[in-house]
Amino acid sequence: MSSNIKVITMPKWGLTMKEGSVGDWLIEEGITVDSGMEVVEVETDKITSAVEVSDSGILRRTVAVSGETLPVGALLGVITEEEVSDEELDDFIQKFQDNFVPEEDSEEDSAPKTETVQIGELTLNFLRQGDAEKAAFLLHGFGGDLNNWLFNHQALISNRTVITIDLPGHGSSSKDVGNGSFGFMAETILQFMKELDIMEADWVGHSMGGAIALQLAKSHPEMVRSLTLIGSAGLGEEINGDYLRGFTQSQSRRELKPFVQQLFKDSSLVTRQLVEDLLKFKRIDGVQVCLQTIMDCFIDGDKQVEILTNVLESQDIPALVIWGKEDRILPVDHAGSLPNQVQVKILEDGGHMVQMENASEVNRIINKFWEI
Amino acid sequence: MARNITIREAIREAFDQEMERDSTVILMGEDIVGGAGSPGEDDAWGGVMGIHKGLFGKYGKRMLDTPLSESAYIGAAIGAAACGMRPVAELMFIDFLGVCFDQIFNQAAKFRYMFGGKAETPVVIRTMYGAGISAASQHSQTLTPIFTHIPGIKVVCPSTPYDAKGLMIQSIRDNDPVIFCEHKNIYDFSGDVPTESYTIPFAEANILREGSDVTIVSYGLMVHRAVEAANQLAKDGIECEVIDLRTLSPIDMETVIESVENTGKLVVVDEANPRCSIASDISATVAQQAFNDLKAPIEMVTPPHTPVPFSPDLESFYLPSSEKIVKSVQKTLIN
Repeated sequence: MSSNIKVITMPKWGLTMKEGSVGDWLIEEGITVDSGMEVVEVETDKITSAVEVSDSGILRRTVAVSGETLPVGALLGVITEEEVSDEELDDFIQKFQDNFVPEEDSEEDSAPKTETVQIGELTLNFLRQGDAEKAAFLLHGFGGDLNNWLFNHQALISNRTVITIDLPGHGSSSKDVGNGSFGFMAETILQFMKELDIMEADWVGHSMGGAIALQLAKSHPEMVRSLTLIGSAGLGEEINGDYLRGFTQSQSRRELKPFVQQLFKDSSLVTRQLVEDLLKFKRIDGVQVCLQTIMDCFIDGDKQVEILTNVLESQDIPALVIWGKEDRILPVDHAGSLPNQVQVKILEDGGHMVQMENASEVNRIINKFWEI
Repeated sequence: MARNITIREAIREAFDQEMERDSTVILMGEDIVGGAGSPGEDDAWGGVMGIHKGLFGKYGKRMLDTPLSESAYIGAAIGAAACGMRPVAELMFIDFLGVCFDQIFNQAAKFRYMFGGKAETPVVIRTMYGAGISAASQHSQTLTPIFTHIPGIKVVCPSTPYDAKGLMIQSIRDNDPVIFCEHKNIYDFSGDVPTESYTIPFAEANILREGSDVTIVSYGLMVHRAVEAANQLAKDGIECEVIDLRTLSPIDMETVIESVENTGKLVVVDEANPRCSIASDISATVAQQAFNDLKAPIEMVTPPHTPVPFSPDLESFYLPSSEKIVKSVQKTLIN
């Protein structure tokens, strides 16, 4: 019976999410949905996004009510194939609700946990999910951390073991960035790969993480199976230097917020908690120096110092470039002058954090690219 | 990496990390090692609240058990600070600071000013304040306004483990005298605290909860009662913005005024007596700078202007409670 009934549950976005508040349903009951479709909005204390379904069928019931706050894993709605009767459905929902135990209350903590690896003096923090043979690494941008992939990580593990890293100087990794160059970052990550016994991987880099992936492809092409560059640095001269300087130098919520808002197309996505979390990172001893050191290598005024577009020409590595059309940090024009063999996807609705704001689309594009 | 620890542990970790980083940081106070006659082993008492437990084994002579003479050792701490050390002196109860007023008000607070900026006094005086354990009138006061009245002294009052650690490290690194006030009922509160060292700048209030109906401003333990009240009011659809001042001198009035511009209503919750208090100071500033934004009279939730009673029933009646805060919020919403 229940094999024809699929549930939509409260997702777990990021390591700390415990509950979410149900927003508007985007699809009405009775409508046929396809896997990957966004069906309902969910708001956490950090961010709002849409839940996508992983099954196809008819959206038979929208169980969760807008405005309701529910724990991770709680039933939001039900998808079925046609032959399921209302009775069977009611029975199923009743059973699900009766047996549901929120994560906090259950004895075992099944949430994924970050791990660390020691590379010389440096501790690198990372999160590994999935058990596929092929590995993929996701590299965040300047001032970010592995949580920048909270809407992507889980969605990409169907045929890759996906590893997100806190880059040196970021997140819970050591606050040490060497000379601050992409070269230092790339070398550190290379050591990290060897520690994990991984010889080749698909690389996904956002913003500065993209430039680091390009640097890796330049110095060690044999370790790069494919490149996915999202709103990437290193593909043209222009960059919003005011953003980088403002982000680095801001000390208070009031100063920082307008800069963080530039990251998103929809500035209202920047919640108090999101800004507070960034401030918590910036207040840690050594972070200010790390960011400044990286920035000094990264830009000269409003120009990027290192342009790596030629890596895409000279190397025989499949490459995908994704860009939000409304990117206010790195201009979408950089996607326009790339070598022909590079696949380019421009998302009309995207800002700089396109992998968060347009997560389901980005996930779909990457999964498809990896199939080739 | 963050983990869940108590305020007691957060303050201890701040000491440990700063003492490790800077050899001029020393700790002083009554019984902070292990008490009279104790050999001062690792398992020594560590002060009346156990804040320093475990530190003596690591830092030895940099922890001084002082005689029971507040005026002497607070004076010594201030003198050591003026000579290049960074002492953190524990003065058990804020009520006893009275015997060292000259050292604090006339010496520490004035050195920088009177020596034309050539002298600095990087001393931290930690002290317990507040009622709620039936410790009677001489061990229960909230004397924060006495210190905010004096220019040249900074006054800090954390409400969470995250703030306690970050503000303590900032206090130790600050080059001016800081009075660091800890509510005696707050040490076992727990929350996420990063393992790394970090600082929270002074005069940056924290918005604990956003809301557009009423602004509630508070500090220290009372912040938690304000949040309780706000959660209760939210059930009736009343959305309160709760602001934790974190530091009282300097004070972040900008955040308070910005919020009042948005809500038009202000409730200030202060455990100090109502006359010439943090509550009356904030009320006066808002009335002066945001008068046109106010849509209702400002409400103050404070104890009455009496000593703290010993009787448990009277004491709980004396203190601001979440019920009293709820009532005051509702009062601002009439009309």
